[in-house]
Amino acid sequence: MLKQIEGSHGVSEAVALCRPEVICAYPITPQTHIVEDLGALVKSGKLENCEYINVESEFAALSVGIGSSAAGARTYTATASQGMLFMAEAVYNASGLGLPIVMTVGNRSIGAPINIWNDQSDSMSMRDAGWIQLFVEDNQQAVDIHIQAFKIAEALSLPVMVCMDGFILTHAIEGIDVPEQKQVDKFLPSFAPRQILDPENPISIGAMVGPEAFTEVRYLAHQKQKEALKLIPKINEEFKKIFGRDSGGLISTFNVEDADTVIVTLGSVIGTIQEALDEQDQNIGAVTIRSFRPFPLEEIRTALKNVKRVVVFEKCFAVGIGGIVANNVRMALSGTNIEVYEVIGGLGGRPITRKSLHKLFKDAVKDNLETVTFLDLKKDVVERELKREKELIQSGSVAENVLRDVGVVNVAKTT
Amino acid sequence: MSHQQVKFYQTGTLTVGNRLLDAAQRTVQATIDRSNSLDSGHRACQGCGEALGARYAIDTALRETNNKVIAANATGCLEVFTTPYPETSWTLPWIHSLFGNAPAIGTGIAAAMKVKGREDIRVIAQGGDGGTTDIGFGCLSGMFERNDDVLYICYDNQGYMNTGVQRSSATPGGARTATTMPVGPEPGAEFDKGKNVPLIAMAHEIPYVATASIDRLHDLEAKVKKAMSVRGARYLQIFVPCPLGWGSAPAQTVNLARLAVESGVWPLFEGEYGEITSVTKIRKQVPVEEYLKPQRRFAHVVKSPEQLSAVQAIADRNIRKFSLLEEQE
Amino acid sequence: MFQVRIHGRGGQGVVSAAEILSVAAFIEGKHSQAVPSFGSERMGAPVVSFCRIDDKQIRLREPIMEPDALIVQDPTLFNAIDVFAGLSKNGYLLINSKRSIDELGISNAINLPEDKVRLVPATEIALQHIKRPLPNAVLLGALAAVTGVIQIDSVAEAIASKFPGKIGDVNIQAAKAAYELLSHNNQEEITC
Repeated sequence: MLKQIEGSHGVSEAVALCRPEVICAYPITPQTHIVEDLGALVKSGKLENCEYINVESEFAALSVGIGSSAAGARTYTATASQGMLFMAEAVYNASGLGLPIVMTVGNRSIGAPINIWNDQSDSMSMRDAGWIQLFVEDNQQAVDIHIQAFKIAEALSLPVMVCMDGFILTHAIEGIDVPEQKQVDKFLPSFAPRQILDPENPISIGAMVGPEAFTEVRYLAHQKQKEALKLIPKINEEFKKIFGRDSGGLISTFNVEDADTVIVTLGSVIGTIQEALDEQDQNIGAVTIRSFRPFPLEEIRTALKNVKRVVVFEKCFAVGIGGIVANNVRMALSGTNIEVYEVIGGLGGRPITRKSLHKLFKDAVKDNLETVTFLDLKKDVVERELKREKELIQSGSVAENVLRDVGVVNVAKTT
Repeated sequence: MSHQQVKFYQTGTLTVGNRLLDAAQRTVQATIDRSNSLDSGHRACQGCGEALGARYAIDTALRETNNKVIAANATGCLEVFTTPYPETSWTLPWIHSLFGNAPAIGTGIAAAMKVKGREDIRVIAQGGDGGTTDIGFGCLSGMFERNDDVLYICYDNQGYMNTGVQRSSATPGGARTATTMPVGPEPGAEFDKGKNVPLIAMAHEIPYVATASIDRLHDLEAKVKKAMSVRGARYLQIFVPCPLGWGSAPAQTVNLARLAVESGVWPLFEGEYGEITSVTKIRKQVPVEEYLKPQRRFAHVVKSPEQLSAVQAIADRNIRKFSLLEEQE
Repeated sequence: MFQVRIHGRGGQGVVSAAEILSVAAFIEGKHSQAVPSFGSERMGAPVVSFCRIDDKQIRLREPIMEPDALIVQDPTLFNAIDVFAGLSKNGYLLINSKRSIDELGISNAINLPEDKVRLVPATEIALQHIKRPLPNAVLLGALAAVTGVIQIDSVAEAIASKFPGKIGDVNIQAAKAAYELLSHNNQEEITC
């Protein structure tokens, strides 16, 4: 049914439709509305056969989830930013133990400095933990991909994180077609894992694995992610048949066949990018990566094969090197002559505007870009700080200095 | 011929001569059909108090529940010596996740059992003092405050033994560990630190809290039995000497546990909803020196009148606080 | 696409206003997107919200830089932030105030034809109907009258769906009162 609702609310309805049995909730901006909604659904009895647990930290949230999933219950939780890092140990543990937990990540930056606004650093911090990472473009996809996520997770026995831009999607109110219960029941069978904690069939889970077998176990985890590359599109096809919408899959492409220049990105920024592309007349295409892990090397290589240059636009970066996504894209393009420009934008919630994008497109087609560009960087502010650091030892916290420069922090004058 | 009265007065318990006892008074371990939850083949050190305590505790729990228990184990000695890949010595369903989350894993399993209508299957989460009093403390408190239906058992050998005998918040004043060496002006662990988790558990007012010791196994079994007879969050801390970490002879493990209780160093009590419901009286108080002498970790303490009296003061305070001497009421 | 930017202070229902407006458009079968600007959610702090309305799916997610209509729920903001930034030359401006543009001291800041600028005594209308100084629904009624981008009945239905019961009723009354007032003003200007 088509509803005009907040993204978070759509997600909570989608999760509820998947008949979760255990939900662990620890609040962190910007995911709070999701866990609050689910709490109300369970408490009111609208979501039946579900235990909702208010835990004391994100580490507890995912740990409780590990326990319930290992005991055979369909389990869900959500987090963002600092919470993701606080549960980092459990994140690796969940994938190592092969538990099909689904977790929403309301993408938010990571401190210090503390910042509550959107970027994708949090998901990226766990990109090597062995989870499947799916990034959604809008709130319809958020709803659809959460439903697909449970199926993908349980088919593979791997946890899945569904990443949606914090505030931009979580707090946006737009038209969302929320599926019917019977559609979801048809698509998603009940959770019946082969191996669970059961007194009738006692097993020991989580034993130490020594040097003689560890490599093999890790290799198989690698293979499982590669298996997911085939499964994710397959499940999207199944979804399409029942729900009538193409929401998943590994990547989406726009005008890549004829374009010389293609922008590659993830998440909600593609909406603004498409608007900007439509407003200009250069032949520029776009690729949105939906599945970041597993990383669709083949699909991206194929999509970009006729292209002269690629601009990877990402809301995260690897400090000291450059783009994270760009790095992965370069791998997909290795052996080709395609120029890859790394553009880092939207950090800490900085708005991405058509105006800035138009300038970026113009520079890109003329190859007038550095290898790594920070979009809308305030050059005067950073130059002042760099100059100060050169002149002074112990020049203090960068964040404090910059905040003084931009006038956010006032320093009392002493006379 | 007259009968000679034999008094088993060394221990004041019924641990002597199982076969001489009435069947109803015997320990679980005396039954042929005991579960052997922690089966032979595990790799514990000779004289490991934890292996003894865990086996008795879990076997009792299994008997009380008709063999329907799932256990979550923190990282530590117990986890390591019971599951040397690819073997396991556990005969019940068992999961090891991380060091600091055993209580939370227990919470999750209990939630799954509830939602599946299988609350007949009970949950035990367990770990050493490191995983319980330190790194697992947040999750433990969360499990307590939610009153999750989990029995948490802490096997307290007063240090991080598995990683090489480092200090935990359960390490007593004066004790030598790798991070509290007997050097400098304050040798060994400092006296003004430490955490009493049984009392913290009491402060959470959970349905049942108890301390136990492997020197009196019937008492341990009775406490596990009592714990399994109620629902909600329950906590049991068992004193388990570690010969390797303590520098004591493996054959002395049970005796040291006994001396710890009889000197007042390790008070035995039970509590429900924040109120103490029973204590085990000390029949005859033993000076702490007798308890400390067989342990190399206290070698410097025994030689220092100041440190010795500090330990004695702690024991005396426990005796007073918990009214542990027979005469006191 | 019609873009509305709403300025106010925390506690004045700025975010709800954008949401209700988006639901009103949805009721009319349009596509709409409402988004709060995300800042510290403190009572009294400046807050901005955005609403886009279109006949086709809305892909744009940047903040509204060039609003077609600007609603100012709190005139004390003029000294605090640049409320008028990007206001389109053909845009509408609705200000919650009993005073005139000159009295508010902003005549130099605005470059719009007179019929596009409306001062609405929204707080007073709100106090009368809702008994609380919450001008957001009132201003939406005014927006319907002045711009015609949504119908007043849609606004009423949207308010009812978000605030069922008495609260919704009195807000609807207040919105309709503003709608009547500004429609009347429209007519007056045409005949004068």
